[in-house]
Amino acid sequence: MSDLQPFEAVPNPLIAQPDFKVPAEMDAAIDELISHYPKKRSATLMLLHAIQERYGFISEEAVNWVAKKLELQPINVLEVATFYPMFKHRPVGRWHLKVCRTLSCALAGSYQIHQGYCKKFGLDPHAHGAQTSKDGQVTVEFVECLAACGSAPVLMCNETLHENVSEAKANEIVGGCK
Amino acid sequence: MPQEHRLILKNIDQPGYTPDIECYLKHGGYEVLKKALAIQPKDLPEGKKQSGPEQIRDDVKLSGLRGRGGAGFSAGLKWSFVDRRSGKPIYLICNADESEPGTFKDRQIIHKDPHQLIEGMVISCYANDVKLAYIYIRGEMPEGARILNQAIAEAKAKGFLGKNICGSGYELEIHVHRGAGAYICGEETGLIESLEGKRPYPRIKPPYFPAVLGLYLCPTIVNNVETLCHVKHIVAMGGAEYAKLGTPNNTGTRIVSLSGQVKKPGYYEIEVGKATLGELINDPAFGGGLRDGRQLKAIIPGGSSSKVLKAGERFKLKRKAEGKEVEQEVGVLDLPYDFDSLAAAGTMSGSSAIIVIDDSTDIVEALANLSEFYAHESCGQCTPCREGSLWMSKTLHRLTHGGGRAGDADYLVKIADNIPGGRTICAFGEACSWPVQSFVAKFKDDFVAKGKADEEKRAKESAAKH
Ligand SMILES: Cc1cc2nc3c(=O)[nH]c(=O)nc-3n(C[C@H](O)[C@H](O)[C@H](O)COP(=O)(O)O)c2cc1C
Ligand code: SF4
Ligand code: FES
Repeated sequence: MSDLQPFEAVPNPLIAQPDFKVPAEMDAAIDELISHYPKKRSATLMLLHAIQERYGFISEEAVNWVAKKLELQPINVLEVATFYPMFKHRPVGRWHLKVCRTLSCALAGSYQIHQGYCKKFGLDPHAHGAQTSKDGQVTVEFVECLAACGSAPVLMCNETLHENVSEAKANEIVGGCK
Repeated sequence: MPQEHRLILKNIDQPGYTPDIECYLKHGGYEVLKKALAIQPKDLPEGKKQSGPEQIRDDVKLSGLRGRGGAGFSAGLKWSFVDRRSGKPIYLICNADESEPGTFKDRQIIHKDPHQLIEGMVISCYANDVKLAYIYIRGEMPEGARILNQAIAEAKAKGFLGKNICGSGYELEIHVHRGAGAYICGEETGLIESLEGKRPYPRIKPPYFPAVLGLYLCPTIVNNVETLCHVKHIVAMGGAEYAKLGTPNNTGTRIVSLSGQVKKPGYYEIEVGKATLGELINDPAFGGGLRDGRQLKAIIPGGSSSKVLKAGERFKLKRKAEGKEVEQEVGVLDLPYDFDSLAAAGTMSGSSAIIVIDDSTDIVEALANLSEFYAHESCGQCTPCREGSLWMSKTLHRLTHGGGRAGDADYLVKIADNIPGGRTICAFGEACSWPVQSFVAKFKDDFVAKGKADEEKRAKESAAKH
């Protein structure tokens, strides 16, 4: 008898989203995106962006849908969805605060902004990845250089870039998250 | 007094200048494209003819333009490597991934003057017989992607893109492709993999030189946003005239991103080599000096991957004076800001991003910050890079969180020395070790002292317990 145990299954990084559906107008927009490329597979990132924009995260159903759409195996899409930091596998808050962590912003106080937000929303200030508040409303994340270092410190709230973020401005930004 | 020389940034930030095509056309937009398309075949001595596109390629070579993305490689030479006989389509990709820490110049062009980039791209594509081109923009610039898409639609509506451009019969499509937050997508072969819908694992060279085996294994040109904009001005001025800007072998203008602990951080366009590092940092026309009461400690001269320079360092540079080569000693602040001088000083101008560090900053903390970036961004294909970048970051973490050792300085260099030099697939291996090697070499006392202090503190604590 060997004491070798079967491998434990690797936990699935994705969660289920039974109500995942791509409405007709979104499907048409996606077909248009696919037409930009001589090979369908190239559209993977753009499709994942389109889905995340709508649903806030990439679910197992989404991965399977993209794979089918692009005539790929689900693993081809899964490996992309799990590599790029911008693709999220869990719902994020309605307000996603991405604070720049890298040097020029750090020299200008971005760690204090990140810490302040974490305290405010009951999150771990030492964790650098995305964390969502208990009420599910706000996600705080440290991200790498956002290419706006001349106006450090900077952060993004959803798709909007905020520059020269003082403590007061940082508070104002979350004050506007209603 | 050194001044800005705004060629690319000429209209940017001017009152009333907007990113729409009407405004661009009012400022002479797309006239250079018309000029490029109208270039007639030229007779060569041996009875051969040189086509318009060939003439543009020659002009770009003559201009001496060097890539503005990081490596500073001759654009004309890169274009000359393109395999034009394979019978496969040739692709052009604009690298708008802009993610080297410290760099924020391409963002200005994309957001404030997108048509300049498009015009530069159409001319570059025409010169290289490209029918399909992409702009690979980093995922964290959603607004930039929208602006570019809008600009492309406008250009198409006016006949500067699409079929039969300006009645010339030339046809080109440009599409915007968004990345999703991975630095390695800036590396050109990683970018190509990403554009193919895969993980951005850089490809090994040889054989995968983009000019031969690029996108879909077809010949591909990858150029930075700013590089492609310069092509427009080269065609406008003529290569020889363009080459008079800047200094020999370092021609043209360049946008410098200045950040960190200076009074006036920002983007400044200079003639390459016509301003020194010191002027860029201290002159009122540029950085305006350090904050009051602060002393300069270090300069990262070309993006986070470039080797750090220490305040007060001196270098022996070879200079041409009256036809003869002479050796000259210059201080770090007197280094002309160009490709060759910084290379001679053992570092690089890279993406032309200067990060200024003053004496209020703990140099060990600064390196720890950068190392965390590299540990996060290594794509993980090569063991020395994946493990090395993580070890360096972990070592620096303990050194900045009370767990350091006096030997950590040497340990860091040992790890860093074992990453680059042909052991990795891409230049990220170099990029992550250069900061560690140079910071520790130049500020060794700071690193050793920090480790020692931690050791002594631990010894005292354990003595107190027993
Ligand atoms: C790790 C790494 C990251 C890079 N990131 C960028 C980038 O963000 N933008 C860019 O234009 N070039 C970047 N480059 C350089 C590109 O590989 C390529 O050399 C460049 O886009 C070529 O354009 P150019 O010749 O016009 O400079 C990077 C290179 C490496 C090794
Ligand atoms: S050197 Fe690093 S980033 Fe480049 S391919 Fe290897 S593991 Fe990836
Ligand atoms: S370091 Fe924060 S934007 Fe570059």
